[in-house]
Amino acid sequence: MKDGPAVLEGQHFLLGDHACAEGALAAGCRFFAGYPITPSTEIAERLAHRLPEVGGIFVQMEDELASMAAIVGASVAGARAMTATSGPGFSLMMENVGLAAMMEVPCVVVNVQRGAPSTGLPTLVAQADVMQARWGSHGDYEIVAYAPASPQECFDLTVRAFNTADQYRIPVFVLADEVVGHMTERVVIPPPDAIPKVERKRPRTAPGGDGFLPFQADDDLVPPMAHAGEGYRVHFTGLTHDERGYPATNAEAHDRLVRRLVEKVRRHAWRIEEYEESQLEDARVVVIAYGSTARSARRAVAVAREEGIRAGLLRPITLWPFPGERVRRLAERVGAVVVPELNMGQIAREVERFTHRPVLGVNHAGGAMLPPEPILDTIREAATR
Amino acid sequence: MTTLMAERHPSDPLFRADRLPHIWCPGCGIGPAMHAYAQALVESGIPLDRHVCVSGIGCSGRVPGYLNIDSYHTTHGRAIPFAMAVALVRPQLEVAVFSGDGDLFAIGGNHFIHAARRNVDLNVICINNFNYGMTGGQVGPTTPMGARATTAPYGNYEQPFSLPYLAAATGAVFVARWTSLHLRQLKQAILRAMKKRGLTFIEVLAPCPVGFGRPNEIGDAMEEMMLYRERCVVDHGAPLAALDIDLRQRDRPIVLGNFVDIERPVFDPLAMRRPAPEVEDHAPLARKEQEG
Repeated sequence: MKDGPAVLEGQHFLLGDHACAEGALAAGCRFFAGYPITPSTEIAERLAHRLPEVGGIFVQMEDELASMAAIVGASVAGARAMTATSGPGFSLMMENVGLAAMMEVPCVVVNVQRGAPSTGLPTLVAQADVMQARWGSHGDYEIVAYAPASPQECFDLTVRAFNTADQYRIPVFVLADEVVGHMTERVVIPPPDAIPKVERKRPRTAPGGDGFLPFQADDDLVPPMAHAGEGYRVHFTGLTHDERGYPATNAEAHDRLVRRLVEKVRRHAWRIEEYEESQLEDARVVVIAYGSTARSARRAVAVAREEGIRAGLLRPITLWPFPGERVRRLAERVGAVVVPELNMGQIAREVERFTHRPVLGVNHAGGAMLPPEPILDTIREAATR
Repeated sequence: MTTLMAERHPSDPLFRADRLPHIWCPGCGIGPAMHAYAQALVESGIPLDRHVCVSGIGCSGRVPGYLNIDSYHTTHGRAIPFAMAVALVRPQLEVAVFSGDGDLFAIGGNHFIHAARRNVDLNVICINNFNYGMTGGQVGPTTPMGARATTAPYGNYEQPFSLPYLAAATGAVFVARWTSLHLRQLKQAILRAMKKRGLTFIEVLAPCPVGFGRPNEIGDAMEEMMLYRERCVVDHGAPLAALDIDLRQRDRPIVLGNFVDIERPVFDPLAMRRPAPEVEDHAPLARKEQEG
């Protein structure tokens, strides 16, 4: 049997989960550690088959605590590393998501969301981990989370997640949902030289000399990263640390470090934020929807337009950082904002931080895709206001 | 009269001297064990740039931070999966996990048994001081029955792990126990572990005079060291099932030694895709299993 190439260039009819796996390979991911969990297991299965073909390492770990710890370890050794999971596993990973944030170790975590809390609906969709993705580990840190709405975006956004992780030395989430993960659609994989690649910033001085401090940031607030075994004799710790990487348990060092960890993402939020707009130019009612729900919202907006309602769609592609400024400017001129989502109002709350007025939520706890009809009903209701 | 001041210690290059003094209490047994490990780093003949030390949380977890090598102080219990990934991504590195009994065998116990089962190429050095020292003397998975701890004020009524027995049962290819008094033997055991491929395990019994000694009438660290000297017997061939310890049973010996030194196939995620080697050190075992 002939091995496939790392970049599976061409047109495919691909499962969303498999597209995530192919995106990781195309991005140069060569280490995956994970634990089986529905509905993300197909990512692990695909990579168990595909990573060895390209000389990469696949390990099925004993649990998600170990999976997350392993990808952080693989990354400090220089590999692009990923894990994939769903709700309960995502909860277990939060401990070492914080470690990756604190040690500034780039890595990618795919969470294919399912019904929750607890074991919830293992095989069925929800979008209820949005706030956990933002705040799940303890303490202050900033996170980036991409929300794919199609298998094509599962591929594209997994590639982008690796680049963003390396650019800012942060953990990055691909916050998919069961519908997108288990949907099979056309996926176009570009040739290898057309795959965007952002290299991790590396030390500019040779090991052994003076001058390299492993946690001294450049003007972009991101420190160059030395890998294990390169001779820089680095020390990484989850404790609050100074520019040398040494523990510094005092108020000044802590504020300096946490402020930088937060600022390095906030300062670049305008570059990281992504969203898609349609028919917003003259919109009176704006629908803000993401992931699989955006597909129903698109239909609802189209039908509303046929009925003469000036509706439009804003689809956040990054849920974190949230494109709040765009929402604020939109809200100033539209009559109403409708936020459909498969949870009890998580992004609606974020939207309200920027609109400064209540939005119309279309909520379902999950278990099935949110259909266009309740979204359309709410658009009609909003149009009468 | 002139005063002689030593400005440098022969071991200075092995440590991050700018981080000293260390955080450990007077009489703590971690420092001597760290020094034995540092000496082994040099005597291994492997360049310091190829050694990596990973730890979890606790007093022993602070060891990597004092060593002048690539070192990673990770989360509580998770040093082993982190270190496993480093070792897999860069197989040319000699990776050690240096941590404590609570970190490795309570919160991290699941990771240890699976790393041993897989036979990951790691050297695990475990300081066993029979309690959680960093948080002030709580009961742990190695605390002997009857011993007192701040969270076992009436005495511990849980059976402790015998760590060498556990390590051997779960698949470690080298298993030893020494103490912070037996530093030459400890260093030799670490050197042997560095020579071996696969998961090696060395338990180092160490005084914690503040957290464990005081509430258990062991006295200060010197008295615990005396206790080691009087009660420890070296028996490399001791039955693994007979290695349990109760420091307070003063008439029972504490058995030390290099108990296990075997070969097993080393964890290699790509092994099943490599062509079968014609001559390989662990091949006979694998073949025998296949022929079954």
